[in-house]
Amino acid sequence: MSAEAISERRAKSDFWDGVRLSMPVVLASAPFALLFGAIAVDNGFSVLEAFLMSAMVFGGASQMVGIELFGQHVAPWLIVLSIFAVNFRHVLYSAGIGRRIAHWPVVQQAIGYFVLTDPQFAVAERRAEAGETVGFAWYMGLGLPVYVFWVTESALGAVFGKLIPDTHALGIDFLLPIYFLGLVMSFRKRPLWLPVIIASAAASIIAYKTVGSPWHVSIGAIAGVLLAVILPPHHSGVETRP
Amino acid sequence: MSSTFWIIVAGAIATYLTRVGGHLVISRFENIHPRVEAGLNAVPAAVLTTLVAPAALGAGPAEWAALIVAGLVSLRGGLMAMFLAGAAALILARQFVG
Repeated sequence: MSAEAISERRAKSDFWDGVRLSMPVVLASAPFALLFGAIAVDNGFSVLEAFLMSAMVFGGASQMVGIELFGQHVAPWLIVLSIFAVNFRHVLYSAGIGRRIAHWPVVQQAIGYFVLTDPQFAVAERRAEAGETVGFAWYMGLGLPVYVFWVTESALGAVFGKLIPDTHALGIDFLLPIYFLGLVMSFRKRPLWLPVIIASAAASIIAYKTVGSPWHVSIGAIAGVLLAVILPPHHSGVETRP
Repeated sequence: MSSTFWIIVAGAIATYLTRVGGHLVISRFENIHPRVEAGLNAVPAAVLTTLVAPAALGAGPAEWAALIVAGLVSLRGGLMAMFLAGAAALILARQFVG
């Protein structure tokens, strides 16, 4: 077998490894995609516009906020600013994941950043932490199914909007917090894990009650990150270089 | 094109800027200070916590039960096992405490 065929086979198996890891994300985000589509149409979007927003923004929480404000006839610039605010946490993901994918060609990086959602970042970061290379094939195996299902289900939700049965009994409104808790737990071996989550939890709850959503996400995140920056390096497990 | 279309396009550009921006800023520095690196390492737990904590606080017994079950399972099992256990606990608990 030629070296090329071997590397192609490896890329394929890496891709399917990523696909396997994407399944919980696909499951957890499905109700939100359907819900988004339904809410979007309810707030005056056409099915095409709901589809386009999912395809172009690809950020669940920010789409929900955007559509809510659109329905309330808020000024367009304020809608865009709110989408930016909700997604601002991605700046941190971007800075973090940049270290892992800097070896990719620029076009692949540009695509990679487009699908950089919460779970995409967390799962890729876990892989990097386990000492494995974050390759393009694996990364897209993880991201592509999430994207395709997200966009398709948004359109379906828009078409069949009012047909979703009792979402509460099925628990689908609370699936994402459960999934995110699992991701938080998966980082528990990291230095400063507990102090960071305590700081972030406290700050986000206080911000949620005072400043309000969506700012609690950025404020809470900054509190946890600042704590890690402020504490002396020997606590944070990062070696001091001369 | 409708104004809705342009809101979507502007929202998409704003979102992409957040996804690529952090990297563009950080990559300008040759050496990453240990404290900055410590901060970056704290990002996943810090951000994800903010997506759980306020939601958990505003929830009820059924949701808390689900989070506790999911948290316990995550100590041993993988992400999928944790997720399914949490979802099952949530559906079950909601049958009793709406």
